[in-house]
Amino acid sequence: MNDRGIRLLLLASVFTIATCGLIYELIASTVASYLLGDSVTQFSTIIGAYLFAMGIGSWLSRYVEKDLLRVFIQVEFLIALFGGSASATLFVLFAHVSSFRVVLYAIVLVIGTLVGLEIPLLLRILEGRLQFKDLISKVFTFDYIGALLASLLFPLVLVPYCGLARSGFLFGILNGAVGLVALWALRGQVRGARALQIQGIVVLALLGAGFAYSERIITWSEASAYNEEVIFAKSTPYQRITITRGGDDLRLYLNNNLQFSSRDEYRYHEALVHPGLARLPNARRVLVLGGGDGLAVREILRYPRIESITLVDLDPSMTRLFSTQEMLTRLNAGALTAPRVHVVNGDAFTWLKDNREVFDFIVADFPDPSNFSIGKLYTTAFYQRARHALAPGGAMVIQCTSPFVARQSFWCIDETLRACGFVTEPYHTLVPSFGEWGFILASLHPLTEEWNFPGGLRFIDAKSVADLSHFPPDMGRVPVQVNRLNNQALVRYFDAEWARYSQQ
Amino acid sequence: MRTTRRKFIGTVGASAAAMLVGCKRARKFSGAIVGASAAVGHRLRLGNFPAPSETIDAGVVIVGGGIAGLAAARRLDQLGQRDFLLIELEHQPGGNAASGQNAVSAYPWGAHYVPLPNDESVEVLALFEELGITRGHDANGAPVYDEEFLCADPMERLFDAGRWQEGLLPQIGITADDRRQYEDFFARMESFRSMRGRDDGPAFAIPLDLSSRDAELLALDGKTMAAWMTEQGWNSVPLRWHVDYSCRDDYGAGIEHVSAWAGAHYFASRRGRASNADRDAVVTWPEGNGWLAKKLAAPCATRTRSSGVVFNVEQSDGAVVVDYLDVEREQSVRVKTRGVVCAAPRFVAHRMIRDLPGGNDAVYSPWMVANVTLDQLPSGSGTPLAWDNVARASDSLGYVVATHQNVHPVPRETVITHYWPLDAAVPAEERQRALARTHADWCERVAADLDRVHPGIHSHIRNIDVWVWGHGMIRPVPGFIWGGAREMMQEPHGRIVFAHSDMSGISIFEEAFTRGTQAADALVALIG
Ligand SMILES: Cc1cc2nc3c(=O)[nH]c(=O)nc-3n(C[C@H](O)[C@H](O)[C@H](O)COP(=O)(O)OP(=O)(O)OC[C@H]3O[C@@H](n4cnc5c(N)ncnc54)[C@H](O)[C@@H]3O)c2cc1C
Repeated sequence: MNDRGIRLLLLASVFTIATCGLIYELIASTVASYLLGDSVTQFSTIIGAYLFAMGIGSWLSRYVEKDLLRVFIQVEFLIALFGGSASATLFVLFAHVSSFRVVLYAIVLVIGTLVGLEIPLLLRILEGRLQFKDLISKVFTFDYIGALLASLLFPLVLVPYCGLARSGFLFGILNGAVGLVALWALRGQVRGARALQIQGIVVLALLGAGFAYSERIITWSEASAYNEEVIFAKSTPYQRITITRGGDDLRLYLNNNLQFSSRDEYRYHEALVHPGLARLPNARRVLVLGGGDGLAVREILRYPRIESITLVDLDPSMTRLFSTQEMLTRLNAGALTAPRVHVVNGDAFTWLKDNREVFDFIVADFPDPSNFSIGKLYTTAFYQRARHALAPGGAMVIQCTSPFVARQSFWCIDETLRACGFVTEPYHTLVPSFGEWGFILASLHPLTEEWNFPGGLRFIDAKSVADLSHFPPDMGRVPVQVNRLNNQALVRYFDAEWARYSQQ
Repeated sequence: MRTTRRKFIGTVGASAAAMLVGCKRARKFSGAIVGASAAVGHRLRLGNFPAPSETIDAGVVIVGGGIAGLAAARRLDQLGQRDFLLIELEHQPGGNAASGQNAVSAYPWGAHYVPLPNDESVEVLALFEELGITRGHDANGAPVYDEEFLCADPMERLFDAGRWQEGLLPQIGITADDRRQYEDFFARMESFRSMRGRDDGPAFAIPLDLSSRDAELLALDGKTMAAWMTEQGWNSVPLRWHVDYSCRDDYGAGIEHVSAWAGAHYFASRRGRASNADRDAVVTWPEGNGWLAKKLAAPCATRTRSSGVVFNVEQSDGAVVVDYLDVEREQSVRVKTRGVVCAAPRFVAHRMIRDLPGGNDAVYSPWMVANVTLDQLPSGSGTPLAWDNVARASDSLGYVVATHQNVHPVPRETVITHYWPLDAAVPAEERQRALARTHADWCERVAADLDRVHPGIHSHIRNIDVWVWGHGMIRPVPGFIWGGAREMMQEPHGRIVFAHSDMSGISIFEEAFTRGTQAADALVALIG
């Protein structure tokens, strides 16, 4: 290739490099604000860190004395690898590391530094081939045009059509290709060209695999089903766990059904736990069935007198996620790793069969009875087993779907508990993200009317608790069947009622 | 959503692959034909057994460890006659209520449920209480069932016109006339259910010997169910399909073969009560009635000789000898005893007891039962997976899901029990054909039958075990139940009393259990 050709090629790489560099920066900022929320902070800190790292890279470039071309090509491959895989890596690590921010900034610093090395090295490579004023003007022109292209491509094409993970891999591949093309054009002037070539091909292959596979890492078609950004999604043998974020609102979905919104979950969980537990001054041992998010446990831990809490949740992925992921452990105040808490992964029904312990308070926080397999956890057979696990004078509370939307379902659970010999106290409250929500407190003997609430509650207090048990006529008791394993009456009511409701 | 599309492509791919494979050669499935009865039956016919090389004594011998034999054992214990030996041909007791077990689940090899027993099934009700299936009674005297033993909802679904629907009565595409006939038929069955004959006995009772002998009712035994339905104007195709299905399910033969009395008995005899379930509830377990068989067999484990084929029962001067082949040692043993409960099927009794009077002309329905291990639950459009899943267009009876009673959510693997009464041709011919088929032949049929309702299920099959019941159950052909044959079968023969559901003409748990209990009572009265 003649000198002119090489000049053109190098300038073309400036353009590509600039585009890629800005894309990585945008991807890192976007992933950070998806995952951590508060986009203003994320964008400005990530961009700051990135630019600063570029400065480090530029400064480091002075230490590259010889083999400029070789180093440049190697830097290209490294950027391709780190930059290209950054967003996928961040998504995957998000669920598994406890200090996500450290990882995030480390990755940003590495990419920034490498990108910072690029332009100074290129300037020096082109030094002898162009006049200085030409060199500076051309390199910076292409750099800024590349940046413009990136800033337009990113929101208009990449995010909507490719998704973050795939865009990352795509630009990583471009970045690696620049290195390979430069290597090919200048192979005569680079030492160890063959080994470099192999490196380049390996990097491209890895990125290609990532590109093909990234659809699984985060399903963007799924993201579009939610109004908020999906920041975590995983199919376990038991369910699909999806966590979304919209602004500072974190939401958990199981099989696409909303489990909580961080904006108002305290209302739900305070209402679930305190109307019952605040009335059991002698309660020491608590059992939580379901509720792997640890939010009910957080409420129970407010009582210093509680000595032990056993949480039985089916899905180890759920309890692991909510014991390790920083943002989620902040939400549940580290409930699942508290010393008083004992987490068991198992099926509640089976677990109760083998259980010989008794508990003063039992919380049944299962998903809504939307299928036959969950419906079994609301049957007479289940409540009879739970009854055996209840200490004399203890109480059990059950989340009971919406008495407004699914009125028969709600009263069916009440009827079922009463058929098992429980005295029940149905109550309800408004959880804005859910609507009107119902709970039933069940005990073998009527409970006292004296509540002793712990400090720190935001919703339930001595005044509001009394109002919870008033049911206006549109949610009042209706005649219903008892839910049994052999009739699954509840699932049938629930199905019909929610279908009717969602048709409206 | 992408995941579903991927799944869809996966299934289409799998079915395409299955079709390709199907074109070339059927897939090979692991598994085996199990059960000793077929080979032993052959040997019994030929009679080539070694002469006894050992003689032992036992107070009483029970021949056959099906439900009737096990019930006899239980009653002998209750009566204090603890010195007995129960000899069973298979490697475990249970008979038609035998069961198996693999890493995924226990599963039945035959009988898999018992409906709520009628009040008159006193022996069975007592057993249920003893085993904790029921726990006392409510104020109205209705037993309170342990709900974990009652078949969980959804119980039945039918694949018809490309969709699964709830229940086994066809509902898709039926006409107003069909509906009228449904109502008419079930109204008649309802009136039979509460009807009493001129002798004040219930029209249809369980045990059936308690039924009214009113000639008008017994006349139903003289014609086939099909003929009677035609007389009544019940020509609706879906109605007849449903009744035919039900008869095949209980008798191994359809409405063209069984008597109208037997057909009506199926629909009109059930008056069982439960404080906490509807009348049509049933009790069941992963291993089906194998659960009951195991409970009954446990107390007499040390007095049981499994893999023992009784081939000769003789008596002289008040002493009885029972010769059996110990299959494992290939040696015969002679047991000297004071009395015998013969709880083997009647056609076997004729081979063992050479001087037994009466003909050996009862008709038996052959069956094939396959237990299919799947790495995924079958699904399909429409009503979700039920306990009993039936395809209208199939000759088989569909399949029962062994893991249905599991309370544990989302099992990924399961065992399904596929039932196939072999009633296309006359029993002798079907029996011969069935016994000639290889494991691969059966697998191909079973997999093809399942594939028709669950395209692609082929690729989820991990194992298929097969049991061929050459003489699965007695067939209540016209005239058998009330024509006098059964009365003869019930007569003791010297010191041998008989207990088997064959003597009822319909093969159900309550009959077998009651027969066994009564035979033990009779024998103790006889030998003192
Ligand atoms: C496929 C199938 C499905 C069924 N499903 C149901 C159901 O769901 N519910 C229901 O109530 N009923 C069902 N039945 C009916 C079932 O037959 C009865 O419920 C009951 O189990 C019959 O018991 P039994 O003791 O009368 O007869 P069997 O079970 O026939 O018992 C006879 C026993 O004698 C043994 N024997 C035979 N010959 C010899 C010999 N020479 N020496 C030693 N032992 C010998 C046999 O091995 C067997 O164990 C089903 C039957 C079949 C075939």
